[in-house]
Amino acid sequence: MAALYEGYTLCGLVPGQTLTNSGIQGIEAERDSDHVVVTDSTRSVTLYKVSDQKPLSSWTVKQGQTLTCPAVYNSQTEEYVVVSDNKVIRIWKDEDILLDKAFKATVSSDVWRVHCLPGGEPVVLFQRGAVRLLDSLLSAPQQPIEEVLAQEEAIRWSTNIVADSQQFVIFTTEQKGDSFLYLHRLNPNTLQRYRLEREEPGLSPLSFSASYRDKHICLLYLYPNGHVYQSVVSVRGLGGDEGAQALPLPRSLLLGLPVGEGLLEAASAQLLDEAHVAVVGVPHPSAGAGKDFLCIWNTNFQTLQAGKEMAGKIYGQLWTFSNKLFIPHGKTLSVIPYECPKSSLASALGKLKQAKTEEFKAPACVPSWNNILHGDKAQPSRPAETRKTRTNRKTQSAPSLTVDQVLDFTKTAPVEEVQREVEGLLSRADIQDLQPLVGQLASMLVSRSLADPAFYTPSTLAQLVHTQSLCHSVCPDLVLLALERRDFFLCQLCLQFFPDIPEAVTCACLKAFISMPDTEAEKLSLEPDSVSFMETLIARERAPVGLQNGFSSTSTDQDCSDALGGGGRVVIKTGEEDKEKSSTPPEPICPVGLHKAVLLNEVLLTAYSDTFLLPHLKDLSSQHVVLFLQYLQFLYLKYSQDASPQMHGLRSPSLTQIMDWVCMVLDAHFTVLVMTPEAKGLLVNLHSFVKSQVRLVSELGKIEGSLQELNKMKVKKDVGQYSIEIIELF
Amino acid sequence: MGEFKVHRVRFFDYMPSAIRAMAFNSHTERLALVRADGALEIFNFADHYFQEKVIPGQDGRAVEALCWVGQRLFSAGLNGEITEYDLENLRPRYTVEAYGGPIWTIGSNKQGTLLMVGCEDGTVKMFEILKERIQFQRNLERQKGRIVSLSWHPSGTLIAAGMMDMIRIFNAETGHATHRMLVERGVGASKSREVVVWSVAFLSDYTIISGDSAGKVQIWDGLTGTLVRTHLVTKWDVLCLSVSQDESSLIAGTSEGTVVQFQFISSTVDQQEEEWVRTRTFKNHSHDVRALAHTETAVVSGGMDTQLVVRPLLDKVEKNTQESAMRKIALPHRSLVCCAKKAGLLLFQFPDHLEVWRVGESDGHGKPGDSLPVKRKPEKLIQLKGKGGDHIYSSALSPCGEWLAYSTVSSVRLYRLQYNNISITKVSKLPKDLCLGHQLCFSSDSTKLFASSRHSSVIVVALNQLECKYLHTLKPKSGSRQPVHLLCTSEDGKWLATANTDCEIHVYDLHKRKLHCTVPIYSSCPTAIAIHPTTSHLVVVHADQQIFEYSLVQKEYTEWSRKLQKQGLHSLWLERDTPVTHVTFSLKNPAHIILHDMFMFCIIDQSLPLPESKTLLYNQMTLRSLPEQERIRHSHAFKICKNFKHVMCVSLLEDHSLVVVERPLLDMMSQLPAPVRQKKFAT
Repeated sequence: MAALYEGYTLCGLVPGQTLTNSGIQGIEAERDSDHVVVTDSTRSVTLYKVSDQKPLSSWTVKQGQTLTCPAVYNSQTEEYVVVSDNKVIRIWKDEDILLDKAFKATVSSDVWRVHCLPGGEPVVLFQRGAVRLLDSLLSAPQQPIEEVLAQEEAIRWSTNIVADSQQFVIFTTEQKGDSFLYLHRLNPNTLQRYRLEREEPGLSPLSFSASYRDKHICLLYLYPNGHVYQSVVSVRGLGGDEGAQALPLPRSLLLGLPVGEGLLEAASAQLLDEAHVAVVGVPHPSAGAGKDFLCIWNTNFQTLQAGKEMAGKIYGQLWTFSNKLFIPHGKTLSVIPYECPKSSLASALGKLKQAKTEEFKAPACVPSWNNILHGDKAQPSRPAETRKTRTNRKTQSAPSLTVDQVLDFTKTAPVEEVQREVEGLLSRADIQDLQPLVGQLASMLVSRSLADPAFYTPSTLAQLVHTQSLCHSVCPDLVLLALERRDFFLCQLCLQFFPDIPEAVTCACLKAFISMPDTEAEKLSLEPDSVSFMETLIARERAPVGLQNGFSSTSTDQDCSDALGGGGRVVIKTGEEDKEKSSTPPEPICPVGLHKAVLLNEVLLTAYSDTFLLPHLKDLSSQHVVLFLQYLQFLYLKYSQDASPQMHGLRSPSLTQIMDWVCMVLDAHFTVLVMTPEAKGLLVNLHSFVKSQVRLVSELGKIEGSLQELNKMKVKKDVGQYSIEIIELF
Repeated sequence: MGEFKVHRVRFFDYMPSAIRAMAFNSHTERLALVRADGALEIFNFADHYFQEKVIPGQDGRAVEALCWVGQRLFSAGLNGEITEYDLENLRPRYTVEAYGGPIWTIGSNKQGTLLMVGCEDGTVKMFEILKERIQFQRNLERQKGRIVSLSWHPSGTLIAAGMMDMIRIFNAETGHATHRMLVERGVGASKSREVVVWSVAFLSDYTIISGDSAGKVQIWDGLTGTLVRTHLVTKWDVLCLSVSQDESSLIAGTSEGTVVQFQFISSTVDQQEEEWVRTRTFKNHSHDVRALAHTETAVVSGGMDTQLVVRPLLDKVEKNTQESAMRKIALPHRSLVCCAKKAGLLLFQFPDHLEVWRVGESDGHGKPGDSLPVKRKPEKLIQLKGKGGDHIYSSALSPCGEWLAYSTVSSVRLYRLQYNNISITKVSKLPKDLCLGHQLCFSSDSTKLFASSRHSSVIVVALNQLECKYLHTLKPKSGSRQPVHLLCTSEDGKWLATANTDCEIHVYDLHKRKLHCTVPIYSSCPTAIAIHPTTSHLVVVHADQQIFEYSLVQKEYTEWSRKLQKQGLHSLWLERDTPVTHVTFSLKNPAHIILHDMFMFCIIDQSLPLPESKTLLYNQMTLRSLPEQERIRHSHAFKICKNFKHVMCVSLLEDHSLVVVERPLLDMMSQLPAPVRQKKFAT
């Protein structure tokens, strides 16, 4: 569900005399997502840091001159470009204080706009439709500029877009009530002209918004009658018959917005992603006829996702940069952060694997509602660099096998060649497109490995798992195969990346890990993040105690036993507990080796359901159970000692996960453990943990209770100095 | 019974002054108590701790000590003067300058012939107590450093004096100091500060007990001048000591607000020898305990937190009786609020000024339990500062709101108020006879002012626009010398009733200008009286919570009153521990009597049956839950509303709405200075 968050003011506005003008000519992104350049409609350009809501610097042209196009920032040269009085191009740097002393060049024709995308080159669009790269224009400022547009044709709106390393300038024009779309590709230059279908007579689009998606340019435009249309133009089909004929541009009605009475006057629609459109200046469907609303609509379902009333006049202007909407209204320019999360089945059911890990891992490929419904496979807005690298990769790949060929190839070819081919395939194809292919490849490799004991491609499988396009249900034998071949690295990867490992398999992994001799484990190479976590945990154990945080060794001991005895200092310790304290070793020692611990952690991190896990846990032998419990105890003690052993960004089990496993293992093996003499001490310790946890929880409950009472007390109304009350006597 | 609109007033910022000293007279069972502003209060412990008399204070009079000599009461203070009070006319009788600088303490010998004071200049001065005055006799040997506390040995031969860092023992005859006992200073930082011996007690076995600023209670042998035992009681000061009459028990009050009891008992069962053993600690105060009295059965304490606390010792009284209940007296037992019913005005009496407020208005209607929107806020119309240094004794506002009178110990002042553009003019020429007014009261038509004067007489003054004329003086025939503490007139202007602290109630016929009758004297002091507007029945409520209704026409108790006496009041009614301070009547229903104490107000419906001993007295909640038809079966005459706490006044305005003036104790507490810091857990 998309959401609009609490907005804040970036700056005040000085509206023009007409009152229809917000006083802002344009807003452009600057060096990063937190900086914008705001050009006002008269003379000045201001650089703002958005999160600080404060201007960093400001430049003004002399009185008498006016800025005729919004300033843009060229991130490659770190320069600003603006046009004054239609013909004078000015370029300056951040450190320049006076705009008049900066570089100036006068061109021969009136400029409409200068456009520049991050990473792209600045492009100049002239009022008569000609397009030049800024560099080439500045090399000969007085060069003649051709007229592209017809006599009575005028540009209404323009933008530029980088698509597959191609730069496009897109602009719309109007001529005698007809609207045209021009698509100008640079290097090589081509121009394509489209005619927009006519809406009701006399209506021309109020606002445009364009985006590039999946090799298509998508144009969104809003008419005064509330209709929002989308037209899709393929980038590939460009070229050839240049500008000869205006092609009709097919359109589809995306939204029919409620307009209330009359037509829309100042309104704007901006594409946010493939499914969301932000609209301003259109009435809220359930809030009467007032047009001062900012709404986010889902175009797939035609539902209103979020709405916000904007105080003051709406000028029909709207910009969006990096999840923030910039909207001038009344006498302020407000910034409103928004969010348009993908609506997916997984998130709806709350089954996204681990929210914490997702923060720093790329999102696991979860089927999106939008994709399912509309067949869009591409991610909505990948940053430009990835696009570039991907294309680079594609160009690198020499003559190569097609997908089907690779599939066939894997059935027969020797190990090395299979590895090479699959690697090649993975490197050149867009992984998103390859999801079914990865599944096919993996299951084919697994079945071949199972059938042929000599065939095994650990690195390829690991690579496939790494794509995150696989899951257990796609090739159910993969984990078991890895266990069979004692490829514990692959096991770890599977546990890490598969969201759907059955409890039986988890248990099998646990059994394999715990029974593995430490010497074998140390030879493994495992995922570095999880290893480094365990290393720091164990290193802390070995480090000379007491140097940390300047505490003496006795105080760390104290901390440890405190955590043991009470889970906090709330609980007053009893004498009995003091005895326990002396019986517990002051510094826990890790009962298993480093790598083994890493693997066990991976098991602890997997998702499970108690009822399904319990029967499988019973298969563990009592020695293994004791060892596992000792390890869990070790983890618990370590966690209790330290305030935050779970380092951010590292894969580490949480305290609750550890406790849950302790409880489960005890549940599964309690009778056996009671009979086992060597488990006695362990059980006593674990019992004390549980007791301390219970006590902590009960204390917390008490605190909660008293806090609730406080809450209730506040409800009791204050009588104040004077009141007139009605009482009744019976 | 119905709904009432209640003006709940909490803006009366009354703040009693801290208790500074007290003295208990065990013969008359009267406790004299003096506050920081110099006001003296007399409580009758024999009559339900009723506050019988109040003598207002005076600016700049800081009384430090009190002393009963027989029936006579003396005080001394830091202004260096000794004062004897006239308890009949409620004023200082005379004042004698001691010429020794500020006086810290006062004491008398057991025979009641000599008075001694301890002065700042280090002298102990002896005064001979004569019949009408006191006369300076001599000084004891002058010491270096002030005399903070004194105690006379019962035999009269020796005097113990607490000073800075030491205790001196004087020979009372020669006036020479015989012993010097050094008192150890506190440890730590307070080592450098002099220790003040705040209190000493000289027992008949020549034991001296001292309490000092280092927190110690020390027991000395007065014959040899040696220290017997030290009890460290507090980290702060031990401010006062009090010994029981039989010298078997001792209490010490501290700055922490605790009172520590010591008893003279054998510490082990079979040991013959007795010693002072610390036994109990009471914590009834939040601030310094400045004054203590050890009565036969109770510990009486008071201090900075302004409350007088009577804590019965459970080994001296029968358990679980009314006698064993602790009492806290926080508000005065007389009305400081006067309500002008017709004008909707309230007069608040503070020690040094008066305030006139108009209650707010609301035009809304609401369900029971609702607060109505206040259309007009209450406003303070007048703040009248008292003239001279004398504090206000009594005040009254006429029912029409146009006259205001107040009295101090020395004079009566009368003002005319106008509200259209608020003005106040003093009536300059008052009759000469109108110089004393223990109680003031206006007639219901605001044409007469009644002022109670010496020997229970009442002066009647006529008021009109032009002048203020003395009419006559009404005198009782009993010849009682006690002051009138209650005064009321009837609505029709025919009757005037007075009550004095001899428990006499006199009713005068104002038309005939003579005594009409005297109500049969009841043993307990009346705390509130009122005359019914239509039936002319006098309703009297006494300190023991008894209610009587006396017909002025028939000159006998009414039928209802007899019935009430025959059946007896409900036990819970009798167990209440604050007196009824105001009685008024409903104009709508003549059968209703409205009265209140500190914790409730009650409407007595004389048409309903009286509650029997087994019925529920506080039955409002039960009745609320019953259906309409059944209520009548369960209801009884006493309709008690406990919605309001710390009530100072309940009155009925002419528009039938009630005015309830509350003074929440918490509000008063919040105005106190911070108590001494005590280490509390987790701070």
